[in-house]
Amino acid sequence: MSTQPTRRNFLKVSAAAGGGFLLGFSFLTSCEQKAVATLAPELVMPEQWVQLNGFLKIGANGVITIVSPNPEIGQNVKTSMPMLIAEELDADWEQVIVEQGKLNTDIFTRQLAGGSQSIRHGWEPLRKTGATARAMLLAAAAQQLSVPVEELTTEKGMIHHAASGQQVGYGAVAELAATLPVPETVALKAPKDFKIIGQGKKNVDARKIATGQPLFGLDVQREGMLIASIVHPPAFGMQLKSVDDSAALAMPGIRKVVTINTAPEGAELQWSDTNAFPRLVAVVGETTWQVLQAKKALKLEWEQVSAPESTEAHRAAFEEQLTNGKTEVARRDGDPEAAFASAAKIIEATYSAPLLPHNTLEPMNFFAHVTADKAELLGPIQTPEFLEKTLVSVLGLQPEQIEIGMTRMGGGFGRRLYGHFGVEAALISKAAGAPIKLVYTREDDMTQGTYRPDYLVRYRAGLDAEGKLIAFHIRGTGTNGSPVFANRFPAGAVDNYLVENFGQPSNVSTGAWRAPQSNFIAGAEQAFLDEVAEAAGKDPIDFRLELFERASKNPVGEKNDYEPERYAGVLKLVREKSNWDADSGDARGVAAYYCHDSYVAQVLDLTLDSAGKPQVEAVYCAVDCGIVVNPEGAINQVEGGIVDGIGHALYGQLTITDGKPQQDNFNSYRLIRHPEAPKRIETYFVDNGIDPTGLGEPSLPPVVGALANALYMATGKRVYDQPFIGELPG
Amino acid sequence: MAQYTINVNGKPHQVEASPETPLLWVIRDSLGYVGTKYGCGIGQCGACTVHIEGVAMRSCQMTVEGLGEKPVTTIEGLSANGDHPVQLAWLEHDVPQCGYCQAGQIMSAASLLSQIPNPTDEDINAGMAGNICRCGTYLRIHAAVKSAATKLS
Repeated sequence: MSTQPTRRNFLKVSAAAGGGFLLGFSFLTSCEQKAVATLAPELVMPEQWVQLNGFLKIGANGVITIVSPNPEIGQNVKTSMPMLIAEELDADWEQVIVEQGKLNTDIFTRQLAGGSQSIRHGWEPLRKTGATARAMLLAAAAQQLSVPVEELTTEKGMIHHAASGQQVGYGAVAELAATLPVPETVALKAPKDFKIIGQGKKNVDARKIATGQPLFGLDVQREGMLIASIVHPPAFGMQLKSVDDSAALAMPGIRKVVTINTAPEGAELQWSDTNAFPRLVAVVGETTWQVLQAKKALKLEWEQVSAPESTEAHRAAFEEQLTNGKTEVARRDGDPEAAFASAAKIIEATYSAPLLPHNTLEPMNFFAHVTADKAELLGPIQTPEFLEKTLVSVLGLQPEQIEIGMTRMGGGFGRRLYGHFGVEAALISKAAGAPIKLVYTREDDMTQGTYRPDYLVRYRAGLDAEGKLIAFHIRGTGTNGSPVFANRFPAGAVDNYLVENFGQPSNVSTGAWRAPQSNFIAGAEQAFLDEVAEAAGKDPIDFRLELFERASKNPVGEKNDYEPERYAGVLKLVREKSNWDADSGDARGVAAYYCHDSYVAQVLDLTLDSAGKPQVEAVYCAVDCGIVVNPEGAINQVEGGIVDGIGHALYGQLTITDGKPQQDNFNSYRLIRHPEAPKRIETYFVDNGIDPTGLGEPSLPPVVGALANALYMATGKRVYDQPFIGELPG
Repeated sequence: MAQYTINVNGKPHQVEASPETPLLWVIRDSLGYVGTKYGCGIGQCGACTVHIEGVAMRSCQMTVEGLGEKPVTTIEGLSANGDHPVQLAWLEHDVPQCGYCQAGQIMSAASLLSQIPNPTDEDINAGMAGNICRCGTYLRIHAAVKSAATKLS
């Protein structure tokens, strides 16, 4: 978003407030009468709002609406981004209403949920938005009270003039403020003066969630809306050949059966259009159940358009690449071959992980109403801007003819970066000539993913006679690319270093899954370093700290993608908090990792029950993500990432046979459940005043390594192949 | 298609549906109570949990015909003002991340506490094992159930 507020953004618009409007989402109007009264202390709604800029509306009574620009997938930006504005505005958080912004590239930029970057990118612009509005309110108050603006102070939505004892609320001066010039520059608070940032604020939607009010894409209801559901090919490598819809059309409530193509010839597609099945058949009808039944009555023929793949064939191809393949070198320091030749000890290990579906609990869905000259879309999407670009091309409309609203999302984890379901909804609506809500079943969703790729990585380490790490070699591959980051740790800490990256093209669609690449490579790297530390006869934390010391004092190479001091900092903090140097009595593993500009170190304690089943007793987690905007939400994210990481490393696995995913619902695909979660998680943040960095993803990757290392301590056997449950006895 | 009168949240509702239609889709599509969520359709995830005669059941596994006149409570009807002790505990512990599973979690927790007012950790594990939270808020759910139990007893 623009850091310099423009006149265009600061327009004055007074809008009479209506009940539907105040609920935030216009689509809620139709179910409003069923909404349960919330527990929120009833804010008295203003007669009129003064729109101060694209983010802020202020009521005469002091109630403030803050628009949250970015998609909410459970990472809690709908609370934390408005907190940034409210901080510099000096708003009273108890008088703030948060409204989800629609896609609007005139006012907002980077309306995207991905890469754990919302807070990092919003940090300065959102605070400037708040500070600019505050400055205008102050200028208005100075005029109204006839006092110099320098003598005014603000607190919780009130403007005070100490000398005269006068005070005035934001609401009383908002209308005048909106007519005043937008200041060119504004000063931002020093972190020590923060009153909202750094305070735990509850999820702004928590009450609506706890009372079951409509929030999600699947909850959208509209007058005249029909339900649609797609059928995609049963296997990767296949496409739709023919459709016999006569039986389906004869079923009750069924209005239409349409075929669509989300990638027509000449369409200008985006990276976010990754999708294995552009040609689909869709059933359109009155109710979800009718549509789901009619899908089964379609007689469909498929044709093979590329060779069917399998999990076993992927693994064999990966093994062949890592054993015999030649590729370009991604990084080379020193003379690795000579160093390995001279090493006193060489450790080698190979790690693998399977394909993973995202399995957002809310399956893919989208509302669309497309007419000849207008497209209205509403639903769960992490990349609305890219969806709009694709719609422009596929529908032949101009951007101003397309409106995209974002619902709260029932999970994202990267799946809703790939917005083909939005395009599908639009094409179905157009073909059916009606507003429709596209609904995927769980089976549709799980068997048509943009999966976390399956991976294989081989590490070799050379130690000299004193146990010093002198050589390091990584060869990595995976479906549609390698998981290895060439310039991350331990690059920079080892004199002789070699990284070779492969990749295996595939017709199985893969994509970003919470902490892409890192979600696998962190666990592999941290498990391997544990094995190397053991071979060197060193404590695993001491061993890592020595490497960070080396990378800090005398780094190898110039392109190292981490700060060794901050890395060491979280490791030292977790060592202290977990009381690492004492015996916890449980099997413990440690890991540290850097991604999304943040540093995380974890110690995990586990026990095995009599059947050999692991129970995670505790996870100690140290995080350096700079300033923590909302500790309440931040701790929740860290805990979630840990549970997610443990769950998928232990149980997650999607296999492919003859191109067909073998798991399609939660009876065949195992997700971590309540009793399997860690009994305790303790989260500690490094307090360093650095501008905030990512937090939605960084706690996940290292826990896989901490778990692997703890399992080794518990069983005496190292685990190399995820899901680890397959490697454990019993 | 047939006519049914079903008793949801203390009120009779006339609905037209084929007999095998799962209660889940009747309450979502026909009645518009969308707080009850679809997650798997096969009784594995718990997102569709409602109370039938006061006991937590998966609404995707109950047909409209099988339901008969048994009273159903959805998340919208759990309390008049959203102030059931379990709902309050969910706010106190700031449980939700994405929030999609939480209505089902709350309905399971309320049912658990009506049967076992002072549950042990093991009781909570057993009572909540059928509800998947993909975001991993299990520790907060666990703490919130304990909190609610304290307030209920």
